[in-house]
Amino acid sequence: MSHRLAQGGRLIDRSTPREFTFNGKHMSGFAGDTLAASLLANDQTLLGRSFKYHRPRGVVAAGAEEPNALVGLGKGDRFEPNQRATTTELFDGLVAESQNHWPSLDFDVLALNNLVPQFLTAGFYYKTFLQPRAFWKHVYEPIIRRSAGLGKAPSEKARDPDRYEQIYGFCDVLVIGGGIAGLQAALTAAQAGARVALWEQTAHWGGRAPVDDVEIDGKPADDWIKATVETLDSMENVQLRLRCMGVGVHDHGYVLGYERLTDHTPDSDAPRHRLWRMRAGQIITATGAIERPLSFAGNDVPGVMLASAMRDYVVNYAVAPGRDVVVVTNNDDAYRTAIALRKAGIGVLAVVDARAEATGALPEAAREQGIRVLTGKGIRKVKGGKRVTGVEICRIDSKGTAHTEVFSCDAVAMSGGWSPVVHLWSHCGGKLTWDEAGSYFRPDPDRPPLGHDGKGFVRICGAADGEMGGVLVNAHDAGKNAAEAAGFKSKSKKPAQDSVTPEAPMEPVWMMPRKAEYDLRMKMWLDFQNDVKVSDVQLAAREGYQSVEHTKRYTTLGMATDQGKLSNINGLAILSDALGQPIPATGTTTFRPPYTPISIGAIAGEARGPIFQPLRRSPLHDWHAANGADWEPVGQWRRPYTYRRAGETRDQAVNREVKNARENVALLDASTLGKILVAGPDAGRFMDMLYTNMMSSLKPGKCRYGLMCNENGFLMDDGVVARIDEQSFLVHTTSGGADHVHGWMEDWLQCEWWDWKVHTVNLTEQFAQIAVVGPKARALLDRLGGMDLSPEALPFMEWCEGQLGSFDARVFRISFSGELSFEIAVPASQGRAFWDRLMQEGADMGIMPYGTEALHILRAEKGFIMIGDETDGTVIPQDLGLNWAISKKKEDFLGKRGMEREAMTDPLRWKLVGLETLDGSVLPHGALAVRPGKNANGQTITEGRVTSTYYSATLGRGIAMGLVERGPERTGEELVFAGEGDKRIKTRIVDPVIYDKEGAKQNV
Amino acid sequence: MSENLTSALPNAEFAGFVALREAGLQGMITLRGDLGSKALSKALSEATGCALPAQRKITTKGDHALAWMSPDELLILCPHDKAPKLVVTLSKALSGEFATLANVSDARAVFQISGPGWRDALAKISPVDFSTLAPGDLRRTRAAQVAAAILVDGPEEVRVICFRSVAQYMFDLLKTATAPGSEPMLYR
Repeated sequence: MSHRLAQGGRLIDRSTPREFTFNGKHMSGFAGDTLAASLLANDQTLLGRSFKYHRPRGVVAAGAEEPNALVGLGKGDRFEPNQRATTTELFDGLVAESQNHWPSLDFDVLALNNLVPQFLTAGFYYKTFLQPRAFWKHVYEPIIRRSAGLGKAPSEKARDPDRYEQIYGFCDVLVIGGGIAGLQAALTAAQAGARVALWEQTAHWGGRAPVDDVEIDGKPADDWIKATVETLDSMENVQLRLRCMGVGVHDHGYVLGYERLTDHTPDSDAPRHRLWRMRAGQIITATGAIERPLSFAGNDVPGVMLASAMRDYVVNYAVAPGRDVVVVTNNDDAYRTAIALRKAGIGVLAVVDARAEATGALPEAAREQGIRVLTGKGIRKVKGGKRVTGVEICRIDSKGTAHTEVFSCDAVAMSGGWSPVVHLWSHCGGKLTWDEAGSYFRPDPDRPPLGHDGKGFVRICGAADGEMGGVLVNAHDAGKNAAEAAGFKSKSKKPAQDSVTPEAPMEPVWMMPRKAEYDLRMKMWLDFQNDVKVSDVQLAAREGYQSVEHTKRYTTLGMATDQGKLSNINGLAILSDALGQPIPATGTTTFRPPYTPISIGAIAGEARGPIFQPLRRSPLHDWHAANGADWEPVGQWRRPYTYRRAGETRDQAVNREVKNARENVALLDASTLGKILVAGPDAGRFMDMLYTNMMSSLKPGKCRYGLMCNENGFLMDDGVVARIDEQSFLVHTTSGGADHVHGWMEDWLQCEWWDWKVHTVNLTEQFAQIAVVGPKARALLDRLGGMDLSPEALPFMEWCEGQLGSFDARVFRISFSGELSFEIAVPASQGRAFWDRLMQEGADMGIMPYGTEALHILRAEKGFIMIGDETDGTVIPQDLGLNWAISKKKEDFLGKRGMEREAMTDPLRWKLVGLETLDGSVLPHGALAVRPGKNANGQTITEGRVTSTYYSATLGRGIAMGLVERGPERTGEELVFAGEGDKRIKTRIVDPVIYDKEGAKQNV
Repeated sequence: MSENLTSALPNAEFAGFVALREAGLQGMITLRGDLGSKALSKALSEATGCALPAQRKITTKGDHALAWMSPDELLILCPHDKAPKLVVTLSKALSGEFATLANVSDARAVFQISGPGWRDALAKISPVDFSTLAPGDLRRTRAAQVAAAILVDGPEEVRVICFRSVAQYMFDLLKTATAPGSEPMLYR
């Protein structure tokens, strides 16, 4: 039985109880507990069911490396699956539930899988469900999904109520890991004057040292830790962060950190998580080491734990993992656990040591305490299902067919040696080297991750560097070197002296017993979270898998949420053995960020709700919103699609707006149109390159419509250019294209024509621009007074400026509707007042605003093209019958040569036509014109497509434009368009201009 | 004309761990040209009283200021109603130069942030090492997803300038970044 000890627990506060529930059962723990510690204190050793076999699983570790103790945390909107109980700090009201059980944790139907484990071996899914293909989606997938998997996804209705944020940090030296090595490295770097940030993923400084009885300068490590943290905290150039994990190291010293601010105090004001985006000059990773499990049969039964974790629970949380414990090891370190357990009054039945002899200081100390030590032995198998009931011991070099002894126990501590946490070193290309003595990969100091200058920018120290004792000197050097690399002079003070009991060499044991037969091997777990066993890796090797990366994917070893923190080295060792090669020849899989999973909320940061994305608002936005605007996204702008009145459908509103513009006077908010000033002595020359037609010949005071193409000749943007004076032009672009066109201009000016004297200034937002459209437009503007807008004073395609009423106006006489039309630009700050004035003055004329849909219909009736409708990046001006806007006089312009390519001059290209259905109906958007017969791929042959289609209230029927093979020369011919399903729509090719072809309406 | 004028978010304000408010209308003129030209610095000095600012700096004289925007661009700050006339004056003075002037007062929104925590607030949205900024400095950067310029006016006073169309986004963003309880305690 696991239970709370009467005394001790360096991290818990017994005076502050904490209540929580697990699977609905009320339990209590103490402030300072992790969820795992308090569950164990409540004798909850069974925490979940495994991924494939639904085997009972309990806590294995005490930190970030935990593979088993994953729970669903929280409820409803705050529910999160796969949370590690070992890194979840206990708080009042915590709700946890176990995962992957069906129907209950204690009784799981799918544990049947476990009775026939040969059933789900490596590659089982690939082999078993390959045929028939038709079963993949509807038969196999549902079955597999039901049985395999970890936590459930949150409900699709859940909305995370918490806040998240990101922050940009900068420092000279970033130290990741706040154990004694990290503290020392930070101290040395900070004393040299460097700006230092120190991150520790847990809630406590000092790491394992206090648990492992490290002494510093002859005193317990805790004393030194406390003093050092105080020193660092008092330094202005040091930033200390607890609960902040180094997520990943990227190029140029860019490091992500994951700060969990309120996971332990869920109802506070602060954001829940904060993602640090740190630019560090130099990085030191002091990320410690992780103990490896041993591979013996039943090593996954609840109650079997890492020896170091067991020590953590006893020392830090005063939690005993059992009453009678067997320790199994291949090294001296595990004896610390035996001694700590004994000191806490817990029964230690034996230390089972795989080595032929154990005569180091620690084994001797254990023996002195009366602990029995068995050498040359291993665990044959663990007995028990939902919890450990005993172990059978056998000779380590045997096949494990018979046991030499049986212990009745309720917990097993295992230690297969230690592996440095090299993840952060490796993320950005740091290389590893195999350490024969410790049987682990350690960072190769000669091959660090390299920065822009070809020098290493990551250093590693402490246990992460493979130093399993006496780490302060090594950490001091890392701090000193990092500070010096960052340009600081280190005042070389000698660090304190840390000392631990020396250890005799370990002896690698990758399988226990060494010659175990199949029935044992298929119960030896390598990867607990993904249910991968020794037998699976061996099978993969037999089936021809040699590359470690392939084996990983075939067996899923190391592919779970823990990314194989416990299983990596053990798996590599088994694979290497099966392939008959040394471990370094096999190599490791790739270490990739994040070190442990981080929340999606932290990645999204503040970008949710109203600030998910910037919404651009015109100066008239609030008026639109207050007057029934149905919004439409145009780039990042929101524009009114139409303004609905009470009782109107959207279509009715659009039709009303169209008719009103044709009959009375109407207003359009055109503020979103791009307005770019192009000025300078070479402005004319530049404009001639940008546009396909001639712009340099435009006289000041006049306007001209123009087309812009990219280098390939494809139409990119269009709009009206107004010549302001001899040296400057105002370029109007599409609403969505303004920023791109401005960037495009700067690109050519800065990179290609850098010696041309041209400036561009993006004035898009300086002006509110309002189109006053309709037969009564001039009459309305005359009411404001101040400017002569008569046809004589301001003919079509000219502009003028002055005071219109009390407004500073620039009036362009241009028309995108075919009606008499003025586009009036006033400074944005005057926009709202100007709009209000027009609405007021025009009230008795039937003035109405119109939205983008009416705008589209009005222009389509006139056969005007729209960038993005008639064009899609593959359309050249000639396709749209715009040859008149392509200068033949100009020597060059952007896109000229592109248009001359063979494919662009093909007479079979689809070209712009008007389309009229025989029954007057509205063609579907994007419909294809079809011809009888099939092409080589068995597809229906097409000969055109609809690019714009609307109901025309003016004509009382559907109108459309489209691109059709040899279109214009086939005017009058009938085409068949494909509708929904088998529907075919008979359509006639007509002139695209169906309203006021001669332009009489706009020229009044 | 003044009764007709509205800034982007009139009177918007928020009390977070710094004080935030929309600063109202601000005259702004873009000047592009050769910043090494003597004629240019002379014209500016005569029209505004300000010396030419060094890279990423602001020079101020009374209610006028010059802010360095790029190697060939300055931002001239002046009272909103003086901007149109100042454009005309400077255009005349620079008529022989390759220089472009444009009134951009209404293309922008300005927010004022006051309080010792301004660096902590802006660190959440702009990839800038704020320990390097002091009064008289200007930094062009981005604030989350939009372009921004940060003008450091005093030890505890900064202005953030963005495009007018994203004023609401900027205000909501700054409100979020300065929400009480979210102080990162980064700069001290």
